[in-house]
Amino acid sequence: MVPDAEFRSYYDRPIIKPPVWKVPDVPTYLYLGGVAGVSSATAALADATGRPVLRRVGRLAAAFGATVSVGALVHDLGRPTRFLHMLRVFNPTSPLSVGSWILAPFGALAGATAASELTGIAPGLARLAGAGAGALGPALTTYTAVLLADTAVPAWHEAYRELPFVFAGSALASGGGVGMLAGDEAGPARAIAVAGAAVELAATSVLERRIGLAARAYRTGRAGAVLRAARAATVAGAVGAVLSAKPGRHTRLLSVVSAALLNAGSAATRYGVFEAGMASARDPEYTVVPQRERLAARAQGVAVDPSS
Amino acid sequence: MTNRLSGPLPDPSADAGYPADHPERVGFFTDTSICIGCKACEVACKEWNALPSEEAGVPGDLTGMSYDNTGGLGASTWRHVAFVEQTVPARKSPQVDLGMPAATLPGAGPDGSGDATEVRWLMSSDVCKHCTHAACLDVCPTGALIRSEHGTVVVQNDICNGCGYCIPACPYGVIDQRPGDGGAFKCTMCQDRLGAGLMPACATACPTESIQFGPLDELRARAAERVDALHLAGVTDARLYGHDPNDGVGGDGAFFLLLDEPEVYGLPPDPVVTTRDLPSMWRHAGAAAVAVAGVVAAAFLGARR
Repeated sequence: MVPDAEFRSYYDRPIIKPPVWKVPDVPTYLYLGGVAGVSSATAALADATGRPVLRRVGRLAAAFGATVSVGALVHDLGRPTRFLHMLRVFNPTSPLSVGSWILAPFGALAGATAASELTGIAPGLARLAGAGAGALGPALTTYTAVLLADTAVPAWHEAYRELPFVFAGSALASGGGVGMLAGDEAGPARAIAVAGAAVELAATSVLERRIGLAARAYRTGRAGAVLRAARAATVAGAVGAVLSAKPGRHTRLLSVVSAALLNAGSAATRYGVFEAGMASARDPEYTVVPQRERLAARAQGVAVDPSS
Repeated sequence: MTNRLSGPLPDPSADAGYPADHPERVGFFTDTSICIGCKACEVACKEWNALPSEEAGVPGDLTGMSYDNTGGLGASTWRHVAFVEQTVPARKSPQVDLGMPAATLPGAGPDGSGDATEVRWLMSSDVCKHCTHAACLDVCPTGALIRSEHGTVVVQNDICNGCGYCIPACPYGVIDQRPGDGGAFKCTMCQDRLGAGLMPACATACPTESIQFGPLDELRARAAERVDALHLAGVTDARLYGHDPNDGVGGDGAFFLLLDEPEVYGLPPDPVVTTRDLPSMWRHAGAAAVAVAGVVAAAFLGARR
């Protein structure tokens, strides 16, 4: 790290503008989008393999997650009445445009599927709609990482290779956790949750080792505290999920507690990543020092990783 | 695809789809070595564009940042004059020898050496850079941000829904959301004046021609001459910023002559348009999505009934 003495700024003011995205709107969306995406895929496969309880849990979670997500996104807009402008164009260089075009059909399909699940009307169409939502689900869980990374925010942009896997793991852990509420049919969901927790922990650890100075934003301050709590909850939830696989007197209770821990961990991970970005945007050091190092390396003729 | 996202791009307007007879690309060359900090540009910009006062902060509040009580560019501040007071070793100014007895600064040796110091006052009028590869425009989901026929970047206020994506996308921290309104706002390079054949208000008001407006190619040539002249005159600190089409944003439509490192003025030393890495971001997100699908499928395949 470059000593502070060599780091200069304009009255310590941030160089980039911190995002105006609000808490809890955006972290909630990141978390629920993950739950909904994995739940829809789980529901579709539960449907195909004859697991009606797991199907029902997944379909309802997908519709709930999508509905609240849309609400949070609209609420976060500076001009909420113009939310339909999101579908005015399709702009492939805007992750928010791409995401809107994923979320809109996902929400419609997941909503229709859940409506059929609750009313029993048109189960055949629901199977088709559910398959459609399930196919879109995985994209819904990871495009949000691009949404954050495609900014000048150092802690997000520098992590663009790792964030999609952090979010993928976080989504699997939380979506799998919700599926663990399916009682006797919870087996696949439990496996999803445990695998997701492992992916989330591994990807977060890789992220913090690879992204240079920006990693400090993930380790310190509010973001650091939230992410440490997230890790603890995820580990505890994963251990509980493994233990709940064994038949026993308290299996159901353990499943519920583990599911809650996994979801708390996932939500905290999203919030922690969000806060790390905000902290790195507010402090000009995160912008200036790596750019200075890049310039110095280029001046010395050292090959610089073109994507860092 | 690569050149659409980063690297040199001779004609951004043509790239955006304007016909070949579109007007030439125009820009600003802000020569901070002759800025006197009068803030005429700030005032003219506010007046012409009918910008409200910044809602944040109490009117009349002093920042303690030299003469800068504006702070930075924002939704309602499209020109911002930065003031930096630096204490530097006293230098003997290059001057004409009139053969008269001359006074030296207290503490200065006969040749200007010694421990005497003086204040160097840097002033610089900041503005939207109108990047060749503009991240704000790239990430806008509604199409509110557009490339104009003049090669500039403009927000269409009637389209913007206030999603705020452009704000953290900008590597310079230029564009911002206006509280109470919700929309994103920034410099338009006086799009209305350009259409009427006029210069932008700031450049018109600038009394020292620190802010020069014109065809970008001409400005770049003029800036290269100016920095050479300053170097010859002994101002070795002079350097251009944002003029290079090979930089991280493909060159700025508004570039600068600075007398110190960019970060001293609140500018990023090596800005890069974030969408340069977007193809790789989508590849990583795609791989992660496939992994999600794979984990879910494997969980069902591996499950015993």
